[in-house]
Amino acid sequence: MAIKLDKVDVVVVGTGWAGGIPSAELAKKGYKVVALERGRDHDHSDFVGSKDELRYASRYEIMTDNSISTVTARGTLDEEAFPLRTQSENFEGNNVGGSSVHWSGVTQRGRKFDLQARSITIDKYGEDKIPADMNLQDMGITYEELEPYFDQFEKTAGTSGEDDPMGPPRSDSYPTGPMRPSYPVKLFKEAASKLGYHPIMIPSANLSEQYENPDGETINACQYCSFCMMYGCDFGAKSDPVATVIRTAKKTGNYEIRTESYARRVIHKDGKASGVLYVDMRTGMEYEQPADVVVLAGYTISNTHLMLLSEIGKPYDPKTGEGVIGKNSAGLASPGGSATGFFEDKKFNLFMGSGSLGGTFSDLDSDNIDNSDLGFIGGGICEIRQRGSGPIGSNPVPQGTPRWGKEFKEKSLHYANRMLSVGFMSPSFGWKFNYMDLDPNYTDMFNDPLLRITHSVTEQDKKFSEYFSARAEEIMKEMGADIIEKGNPPQEWRHTQGYGETSGGVIMGDDPKTSAVNNYSQVWDMDNLFVIGASALPHKIPQQTGTLGALAYRAAEGIDKYLSDGSGLLVEKKSNAIKA
Amino acid sequence: MSDQKKQEKKNEDNQPEQESRRRFLKNSGLVAGGIVGGGLLGSFIGNPFTKDITTSNKDERPKKEFTETRMFFTRFEDFFVLEAAVERIYPEDGNGPGAIGLGVPYFIDKQLAGPYGSNKFDYMKGPVQEVKVASSYQTLMSRGEVFIEGIRKLNAESLRSQDAKFYDLEGEQQDEILKAMEAGEIGLRGVKGPTFFNLLRQMTIEGAYADPLYGGNKNMMGWKMKEHPGIRPGYSDLIEEEKFQIIERMSLKDYQG
Ligand SMILES: Cc1cc2nc3c(=O)[nH]c(=O)nc-3n(C[C@H](O)[C@H](O)[C@H](O)COP(=O)(O)OP(=O)(O)OC[C@H]3O[C@@H](n4cnc5c(N)ncnc54)[C@H](O)[C@@H]3O)c2cc1C
Ligand code: SF4
Repeated sequence: MAIKLDKVDVVVVGTGWAGGIPSAELAKKGYKVVALERGRDHDHSDFVGSKDELRYASRYEIMTDNSISTVTARGTLDEEAFPLRTQSENFEGNNVGGSSVHWSGVTQRGRKFDLQARSITIDKYGEDKIPADMNLQDMGITYEELEPYFDQFEKTAGTSGEDDPMGPPRSDSYPTGPMRPSYPVKLFKEAASKLGYHPIMIPSANLSEQYENPDGETINACQYCSFCMMYGCDFGAKSDPVATVIRTAKKTGNYEIRTESYARRVIHKDGKASGVLYVDMRTGMEYEQPADVVVLAGYTISNTHLMLLSEIGKPYDPKTGEGVIGKNSAGLASPGGSATGFFEDKKFNLFMGSGSLGGTFSDLDSDNIDNSDLGFIGGGICEIRQRGSGPIGSNPVPQGTPRWGKEFKEKSLHYANRMLSVGFMSPSFGWKFNYMDLDPNYTDMFNDPLLRITHSVTEQDKKFSEYFSARAEEIMKEMGADIIEKGNPPQEWRHTQGYGETSGGVIMGDDPKTSAVNNYSQVWDMDNLFVIGASALPHKIPQQTGTLGALAYRAAEGIDKYLSDGSGLLVEKKSNAIKA
Repeated sequence: MSDQKKQEKKNEDNQPEQESRRRFLKNSGLVAGGIVGGGLLGSFIGNPFTKDITTSNKDERPKKEFTETRMFFTRFEDFFVLEAAVERIYPEDGNGPGAIGLGVPYFIDKQLAGPYGSNKFDYMKGPVQEVKVASSYQTLMSRGEVFIEGIRKLNAESLRSQDAKFYDLEGEQQDEILKAMEAGEIGLRGVKGPTFFNLLRQMTIEGAYADPLYGGNKNMMGWKMKEHPGIRPGYSDLIEEEKFQIIERMSLKDYQG
């Protein structure tokens, strides 16, 4: 039997952006907040001197322990899923701050299209444009309604950027100016301008200057040190929850983080959550943390897994299209579109850089592209990045070069500082047959079923990728590369968690028949349970974190409202009668 | 032949690993005549080397770090096969040292002795299925076990097809066997050949370029070849430079101070 603890106002699973934001906002208002975090304690002092590529990038030092739990994967409904066993196949951030610590920091806003994909598509092109098996949905909130929360998130994070002439409208400029361009970024911007695009510096959580946020937390200026993505920042210059919201929450005295505490169930009765059941991983003891409001913010996989294990909401059924939990898993194999260029007469300082140093343009994004004559929906955000290449991870060679031996060594040394690539970050849509449920065969450390992901690549993905690889190729040509390789269209999901930007499973909308949460991230079927994060996205938004930061601020506001006036459901249910 | 000599000769012939012995003697700076027993300890009895230590303060052994000692591999022979294989994957050339010169075999040895080698953070519950995705790690064997199995199969294949040990083959012959392993043409028990090969290739690259603290990338030579400065505090002052920068290399030892 689990030991029952004293009740608090709010219990939050997770300490990333999605959990940290409501924790800080609610603790500031005086609510008692307890956070459960499966990983270790983390603060800035853990990252000082952490410039070790083998340890952090190759050995996943701050990532999840798959011996506790992982996911299983398959392509189609008739296949048997198999577990992703190693951390290179499946990783996410563990420890305080989660993936929001090791992220690169590209801080984009979701576009108008992303929030109302279905109605905008129908408005522009008619309903026939939507493929029969695509679960294209609106989120039940518009860009204009979410704009103040984007602004709030960027001000907390200190986002460094410049106004985007082709981007969605903003109520204010970025709190800090853009990062400084490296030579490859300058080349990219020149080439993109020549082709008629409007390039700008990528909006970045690696800050261009020291900044104090509205909560009084200071984030330092980025040193372009290159040990960024997969690492915590050595200098406290990457905006993450540890440097901001977690610190703010702790200062209130109303916030407690329990580390090495693994949440296993939401406890509920008669449609109300009463708390969270968790295991102290140091002792194996089970505890129940009662609370008035329960928040799940453990990222897409964890959020979906906990909802299914706790038997809350109706699990999605790919055969009928009914049910909601597990629906629209995406982001596992984003189609993208890219081109790689090898330069003979130019050598770049690729060992320098930062997670989100780069150039971008929005001219072909989902709001600006004209899909009328294209065999796909949505557009891509163009990016060139200079993350700072690690010598282990970066061994660029032109296609056709052997993978090892004399020629491999020769060429990988020659091209180490001569390879650039340009890509388009794409949405990844929800499809009837791409979903998550509980695996019938494999179990985790506690003998609970693992989460199973069923995902396959579609014709739309392939066409998207072909189109955007061709655009990337044009840019690369203009940049003057000697050898240009167009990215291949995705043929099959490679059964890895890819770049750790999974989404879906507990999606947001205005109709409980087709969505699990409303636009305050409140669960339709359980009004004191809030599920926050990318799990709410009906399709994956390219560089999603800015959007989930905004959604988290809105959720915090909703929770306060719920707790202060006992309002029940914060949004009225709608019935859209769209085909599921 | 004196009785002792005869006994020594017998012992030598009895050695299952002549090559091991030869290399051991070479590496340790011992003189062949000093051998009296089968085990390593025996080798030191009545050895002139012992005298050296007592009579002189000079260490005349070839320069080798204390860490260049096996921690994981038990059999000499397995280690020789490993050395030969990684050197083919990352050979010495005009650019600089190959895998052996960079210390890659000892890097791998140490990695396999630690949590990575025992898959501490991986999901290791069965059953294992046949899967379409070749890159997926699907076995309940630890990486250490996969290495032992794979290395021995490289050698067995060499003995079968060339009637010689893997490390005695010519480079091109070794490549043929490595390619067969990479293509899954050599049967392994409990794991697929490509899984072993990918691991071998990946760890060779890691050993060439990881911080020297792990035993590879000797003298930061891997970084030198790649014109990578290793670990610098940051590049804030240089990030906008268009000219390629050759920057003095630093390791974590220098950085952490
Ligand atoms: C390599 C990489 C680079 C990325 N770069 C970018 C980028 O440049 N731009 C961008 O927009 N996005 C990026 N992302 C995505 C970004 O990291 C995520 O969108 C974001 O961090 C998600 O925030 P979150 O708070 O929802 O989850 P997290 O930050 O992962 O936090 C979830 C927390 O919950 C804890 N937790 C989970 N389950 C449990 C449980 N059962 N019990 C207790 N605790 C639990 C976890 O340990 C973790 O600390 C990147 C991701 C990766 C992997
Ligand atoms: S590149 Fe900048 S933000 Fe990233 S870790 Fe280095 S100093 Fe921090």
